[in-house]
Amino acid sequence: MLIVKDLHKSFDGADGPVAVLRGVDLRLEAGQTMALTGDSGSGKSTLLHLIGGLDHADSGTITLDGSDITALDDAGRAALRRDRIGVVFQQFNLIPSLDVAANIAFQARLAGKHDRDWTDRLATRLGLTDHLKKYPEQLSGGQQQRVAIGRTLAAKPSLVLADEPTGNLDEDSGARVLELMLALVEETGASLLTVTHSQSLAGHMQRQLHLRHGRIDG
Amino acid sequence: MIRAGLTALLSHWVRRPFQLVTLMLGLATATALWSGVQAINAEARASYDQAARTLAGPDRDTLVARDGGAIDQALFVTLRRAGWQVSPLIEGRVPSPAGPLRVIGIDGFTLPSGDLPVTDASEPGDVNMAFLTPPGLLLVAPGTQERLSNADDLPQRQTAEGIPPGVAYADIGIAQTLLGREGQIDRLVVTGPPSLTAPPLDEVAPALARRSAGGGNDIARLTDSFHLNLTAFGLLSFAVGLFIVRGAIGLAFEQRRGVFRTLRALGMPARTLLALLTAELLVLALVAGLIGVALGYLVASLLLPDVAATLRGLYGASVDGTLSLRPVWWLSGLAIATLGTAVAAAGSLWKVAHLPLLAPAQPRAWARASDRAMRLQAVAAVVLLALAALLGVTGGGLVVGFTLLGALLVGAALVLPIILHSVLGFFGRGAAGPLSEWFWADTRQQLPGLSLALMALLLALAANIGVGTMVSSFRTTFTGWLDQRLASELYLTAESEAQAEDLRAWLATRADAVLPIRSSEAQLAGAPGEVFGVADHATYRDNWPLIEADAAVWDRVAAGEAVLVNEQLARREGLWPGATLDLPGWPDAPVAGVYSDYGNPLGQAMVGLDRFDALFPEAPRLRFGLRTDRPEALRTALIDEFGLSGGNVTDQASIKQFSLDVFERTFTVTAALNVLTLSVAALAILTSLLTLATMRQPQLAPVWALGLTRRRLARLELWRALLLAALTFVVAVPVGLVLAWVLLSVINVEAFGWRLPMELFPRDWVWLGVLSLLAAGLASLLPAIKLARTPPNELLKVFAHER
Repeated sequence: MLIVKDLHKSFDGADGPVAVLRGVDLRLEAGQTMALTGDSGSGKSTLLHLIGGLDHADSGTITLDGSDITALDDAGRAALRRDRIGVVFQQFNLIPSLDVAANIAFQARLAGKHDRDWTDRLATRLGLTDHLKKYPEQLSGGQQQRVAIGRTLAAKPSLVLADEPTGNLDEDSGARVLELMLALVEETGASLLTVTHSQSLAGHMQRQLHLRHGRIDG
Repeated sequence: MIRAGLTALLSHWVRRPFQLVTLMLGLATATALWSGVQAINAEARASYDQAARTLAGPDRDTLVARDGGAIDQALFVTLRRAGWQVSPLIEGRVPSPAGPLRVIGIDGFTLPSGDLPVTDASEPGDVNMAFLTPPGLLLVAPGTQERLSNADDLPQRQTAEGIPPGVAYADIGIAQTLLGREGQIDRLVVTGPPSLTAPPLDEVAPALARRSAGGGNDIARLTDSFHLNLTAFGLLSFAVGLFIVRGAIGLAFEQRRGVFRTLRALGMPARTLLALLTAELLVLALVAGLIGVALGYLVASLLLPDVAATLRGLYGASVDGTLSLRPVWWLSGLAIATLGTAVAAAGSLWKVAHLPLLAPAQPRAWARASDRAMRLQAVAAVVLLALAALLGVTGGGLVVGFTLLGALLVGAALVLPIILHSVLGFFGRGAAGPLSEWFWADTRQQLPGLSLALMALLLALAANIGVGTMVSSFRTTFTGWLDQRLASELYLTAESEAQAEDLRAWLATRADAVLPIRSSEAQLAGAPGEVFGVADHATYRDNWPLIEADAAVWDRVAAGEAVLVNEQLARREGLWPGATLDLPGWPDAPVAGVYSDYGNPLGQAMVGLDRFDALFPEAPRLRFGLRTDRPEALRTALIDEFGLSGGNVTDQASIKQFSLDVFERTFTVTAALNVLTLSVAALAILTSLLTLATMRQPQLAPVWALGLTRRRLARLELWRALLLAALTFVVAVPVGLVLAWVLLSVINVEAFGWRLPMELFPRDWVWLGVLSLLAAGLASLLPAIKLARTPPNELLKVFAHER
C-alpha cells in the first residue's frame, strides 16, 4: 500500500525557487490502479519521480508497504527502485547496448529475482518472442514500450509507476499496450499509478486523481 | 542572413565553453609541439649555415696536402713568393671548461679584409695588437664568451660578429701554439687568382692538391638524420594532438546537426552554411595556432640547450643554446595549425555538405554509420599494415624507414577499435550477471566515441615503448662496448714528445703495458675521417669489439698487411672484410675486420703502429693507454713525478662516465618529447570523457533508475576507462616492439651508420603500463566524480518532459 502525506517539492528557477508540489496527499491500496491527470506543469511527473525514489522531497512522507521512502539515503532509494518499484517511461528508456531478451530480464536479474519461466511467459504475452535477439533500435515504438513493460513486470514489483506510457504511441498501439499492461499488472497483483494527459487512458483506471498547481484537486 | 546564421552557429560555443577550450587546447598543444621542434631545427640549421660561412667553409677553393696530413708552413712562404694568393689556416680543438673549443688560426695579413671578423671593441687598434702578439686574443661569439668565462687557461677573449658558436678565431701563430702544432698548417685558402707569372701548382707544390669550393656542408649533412628524427617525433606529437581536435570538432558538429538542419530549412544555402563553418574554423585555428606558437617557443627554449648538447656530443656540431624568434617558423606554426584543423574537420564538413534536409528519426544512425566506418577502417588498416610488412622485408633507406613507421603506426591506430570491439565482445559473451553483461555491452558501445582518444594513447604508448626499447638497447650495448673499448686502466697525454719519451722510459717498469695511441685526420674513401695506429697487444686482441673479421685479423693488422674499419665506414662504403680501402699513401689497403664504434659520425680506420708511423710520420706521439692493476697509485705517481695536470692522466672510469653523460644528454630530448606525447594522449582521453559525459546521461539514467547508485555507476565508469587503457596498452606493446625494431634495424643504420642488437626491457613496460593506467584513471576521475555528484533532477531530465 502506498501512502503519500503532505508532500512538498520545489526547484530552483531563474527567479528563485519554484514550488511544484504544495502538500500532496494520496493513498493507493495494494492491487489498485490509479490515474494521475493534470495540465502541463501541474507536477504529475515530479510526484511520480518522488514516489519512485528517483528524487527526494523537500518535506512530507511517502510510505510504501510500511517503509518510509523519504527517510532513505541514496543507496536505500536505489535498492527500493531495484527491488520493489517498476517504472515505465514515456520514452521507453531501454538500454541500447543490450538485446530485447537482456533488456526484459535486466531489472529482475539486478534485483536477484529473475524467474526464467515468468520472463518467457511475459515475452510471449507481450508478443516479443520473435524479437528477443533484436536491439531496441530495430523495434517500433509500440514494441519498445512493450519491452519496457516486460522489463518492469519481470521483477514482480509491488508498485508499478507509468509516466505517459502510451504518450509516444499511436492510438491503436497505445490501446493494445495499455490493455496488456493492465492485464499483466492485475496478474502480478501490483498496484499501478500512471501519469497521463489522456482522459481515455485515465478512464481505464479504477481511480482518478487530478493535480492542479501542485495540489490534488477536490 | 549571414549574421543571423553566424549568431546561431557561434551560440553553441557560448553555451559549451568547455568544448571550445578542448578544441583550442588540442590545437594549441599540437601546434606547440610541432612548432617547438621546428624552432629547434631552424635554430640548429642556422648555426650550421653560419659555421659553413666561416673561412673553413666551402665557398673558397683550398689547397690541401695530397696525403691528407698537415702542410709545412715553409710551403706557404714558397707559394706566396711564387705569386700564389693564399692564406694559411689551421684548425683544431682545445679543451675548455665548457667542452672542446674549435680554434681556427688565421693570418690577418694575407686574408682579405672582408673575411676578417669585426670586433665589438671601441679601440680596434688595441685589439689588433693583442690579436697578433702573445699570449694572443681569441675572437668569439657573445654566447661562447659567456660559456668560456671560467677558461683561465685560454688566452683573453673578445667578442666579434659573425663567428659561429663554439668557435674561436686566433692569429695562426697563437693557434699553432695552442694546438701544439708549431710550423704546421691544415690548408691554404685561395684568396684570389695567382699572378700571371706564377708557376702551376704541380711545379711549385706537387704535394698539394686544389680542392674546389662547394664541397657541401658536412655538419648539416651529418645532422640531417638527427633533425629528421626530431621532425618525425614532432609530427607524431602533432598527430596525437590532432586526435583531440578531430574529436572536439566532430562532437561540436554532431551536437549542432539540428541547428544546421534548421538553418537549411529556413532557407540558408548549403554553400553559405559551409562557408560560415569554414570561416569559424579558420578563426579558431588561427587563434589556437598563435597560442600554440607561443607555447612552442617555450617548449623550444626549454629543450634547445639539451639539443645543443646532444649535437655537440654526437656530431661535434656547435649550436647556440639560445633561441631567436624567426618569422619562418611562427608562420609555419600558423600554417600547420590551419592545415591540421582542415584535416581534422574535413570529414565533419563533408557530412554537413551531404546532410539531408529532413533526416529520418534514427537514433542509432550514428552507430550504424560507425559500423560502416569500422569496416572501411579495417580495410585501410590491413592495407597499411601489409605495406609496413612489405617495406620491412624489402625496403631500405631513410625515407622507406619513415614510410614504414608511418604505415605501421597509422595502421595500428586504425586497427585498435576493431581489436577492442572483438575483445569486449568476447568478454561480454562470457559475462555472468546483468551488470557485467551491461558493462561489457555498454563499453563496446562507447568505443566509437572514445576510439580517437584511445588511438592517440596507442600512438603515444607505442612511441614510448619503441623509443624506450631503442634507447635502453643502445644504453646496454653502449655500456658493454665502452667496457670492451676502454680496456686500458689509465689514459695519458704528454705535454711534449720529449716528455712522452721520458714517460715511456719511466713507465717501462711501473705499468704492465704502455700502449701508444696515435691518430691523424685523413680522407677515407673521399670523406673526412680518422686513422689510428694500434700496437700489437693482447689488450686489443682480447677486447676490441669486432663485428666481422677475417682469420688472423690481428696478425695481419700488426704486420701492416691489412686495416680495420669502423661500422659506419663499412656500411656507408660497403667495406667489409675482403674489400680494399683507399688510405692516403696506401691506396688499396685490404680490410680485415669491422669494429663497432658508437657515437662517432666519422669514418675511422685502424692500422698497425709501424704502418701508421710510415704513413703519418708527423702525427703527434703524445698519448698512451696504460695497463696496470693499481691505476690510482700509478696516476698519483705520474702526477707527482712529472708535474702533470689531472687532465693529462685520465682514468677509465672518468672517461666512461663522460661518455655515458654524453649519451644520456643525447636522449634527454627524446625522453622529454615522449613525456609530452603521453601527456597529450592523457589530455585526449580527459577531453573525450568530459565531452562524452553529457552524451552519456541518456545511457546511464535508465540504469540508475533501475536501481544502481550514482556512486556505483561512477566507479564503473572509472573501471571502464582503466580497462580500455589496459587493453590499449596490451596492443601498444607489440606495436612498440615492431617500432623499436624499425628504429634499430632500419632508421639507425641509415641515420647513424650502426646497427644495434634489440633487447627487451619488460620492467620498463610494466612501469609504462602503470603510467598509462594512472593517466587514464586521472583522466576519468573528473568525469566520474561529476557523475557521482550529478543531482537526481539532472538525470531525471532524461525522463521528464514536464514538471
